[in-house]
Amino acid sequence: MDKNINTAEILLSTVGSLENEFAFVLQYFSDFGIHFNEKLQSIDQRLNELTPDEYDDLGISQEQLLQNFEQFLQQKFSGQKEDNPIQSIRILGGHNKSGEAENADIYLSKGSITSIVGPTGSGKSRLLADIEWMAQNDTPTGRTILINDELPDISLRFSLEHKLVAQLSQNMNFVMDASVQEFLIMHAESRNVKNATSMVDKIILQANELAGESFTGETPLTSLSGGQSRALMIADTALLSTSPVVLIDEIENAGIDRKKALQLLVRNEKIILMATHDPILALMAEQRLVIKNGGIHKLLITSKAEKNNLKQLETLDAQIMELRQKLRSGEEINST
Amino acid sequence: MKLITVSGPPSSGKTAVLLKLIAQLQQSGKNAGVIKFDCLYANESQQFARINIPVKIGLSGNLCPDHFFVSNIEDGLSWGHEQKFDYLFTESAGLCNRCSPHIKNVLAVCVIDNLMGMETPKKIGPMLRLADIVVITKSDIVSQAEREVFAFRVRQANAKATILFVNGINGQGTFELSRLVENAPEIITLEQERLRFSMPAALCSYCLGETKIGAEYQVGNLKKIDF
Repeated sequence: MDKNINTAEILLSTVGSLENEFAFVLQYFSDFGIHFNEKLQSIDQRLNELTPDEYDDLGISQEQLLQNFEQFLQQKFSGQKEDNPIQSIRILGGHNKSGEAENADIYLSKGSITSIVGPTGSGKSRLLADIEWMAQNDTPTGRTILINDELPDISLRFSLEHKLVAQLSQNMNFVMDASVQEFLIMHAESRNVKNATSMVDKIILQANELAGESFTGETPLTSLSGGQSRALMIADTALLSTSPVVLIDEIENAGIDRKKALQLLVRNEKIILMATHDPILALMAEQRLVIKNGGIHKLLITSKAEKNNLKQLETLDAQIMELRQKLRSGEEINST
Repeated sequence: MKLITVSGPPSSGKTAVLLKLIAQLQQSGKNAGVIKFDCLYANESQQFARINIPVKIGLSGNLCPDHFFVSNIEDGLSWGHEQKFDYLFTESAGLCNRCSPHIKNVLAVCVIDNLMGMETPKKIGPMLRLADIVVITKSDIVSQAEREVFAFRVRQANAKATILFVNGINGQGTFELSRLVENAPEIITLEQERLRFSMPAALCSYCLGETKIGAEYQVGNLKKIDF
């Protein structure tokens, strides 16, 4: 049994034969409250053993459970077959809130950073939603999204494996009661990653390079500091998320090396969109989308002059960071 | 008229999602009404009234809210027809997680939120497992990784459903949800229709008002834990 997963074959397999590579099948049924005690029994036999009354107690009928199982298997393996990585996303303009044409034709390619600027309510979220929904002139903005310069398969709009956009924002927190390691393994398993433990080590290592203060796999998720959480979220998104596009909604400067964070995402060939009004972040991007009145107002390419200014801003930033560090270690700030 | 049953655990964001969804439908010239089923208390009528959504509230009191729902749904449907709605939404809180409010051939939505914990999708029965659309809320405050794991677990519980992230506060995702709801079947009558799954059963002395504890007071449909 390998990639060509056959539901019937699995159902006829004995519990014992599924225990290693297909442990997730046993887990699947036990999540519905069906447990297996006899190794020589097949899944099918076990399911037939249960009475309608018992299914009633479980809250699902045998038929419904089998249907769900079949579909679950299909989806679990559908994401793996395809090997058509997304190289670029192209946005063809629609119109703004007043109905004026956007005249936009914008490429977002993998490993590139685009910043998005504009006041609250100007339409940044709608732009992102258009990308995520793979708009085909069927959203309020009338935009069209092309993937690898072709019309996308819109039947994938709701597929979890093909979700286009991963989001990182300042308001996000870890809420789960688990250690960093436990949680990352859970995430890796949901993604069918083969070598989960080495992936987890890699993520923790990367996250620690971004965060000022280091943590281990044993650290509980909820006791990570703001900076550590952000670093872990970024490393996890870079290495473990399937989504080719990453939206970053303002990363504050405290406790995380933002430049390294962006480089990590770039190295992992993400298409990066960054809603920010922080000049350093905005200028790190190759291009900048200006959003106004619900539409793409203009596209600015970060110029040489701007890149030069970025260097100065970074020097300033480094000075401020140094002062922070001094404060942290109890020193006096006498000169700047 | 299209009928859509919306259910979900208490405080998962059903009302917030409905308010945004109906506002979206109103923008495209449609009108919608809501029947809100609850147990003891429901104060959402003002929120609905604020954007001109007619709402009826039914409080089940000491009855199982699920049974209360199914014995009132036909009258609710007639009310919707009288009011000439394009859409009628029923909203009911799933209180015991074994609730089963979905009807065959009627679009069924289950609303759950990211803060409920990773084990929650396993703990909710027919309300989640047999829904057509699962709306996940409160995604803006948890990490991307937790969202992904949570959605994966929802899909494990219900592989057939369309899973959608909706933000009940700023309405992100409601446009997409409205597109799905547009495809709901028109419902003229519910006579002879069936629930997708049996409702939680109970018929024992305590259902009939018994309050004393002890073996001699337990009569009817009982079940014992094997300690």
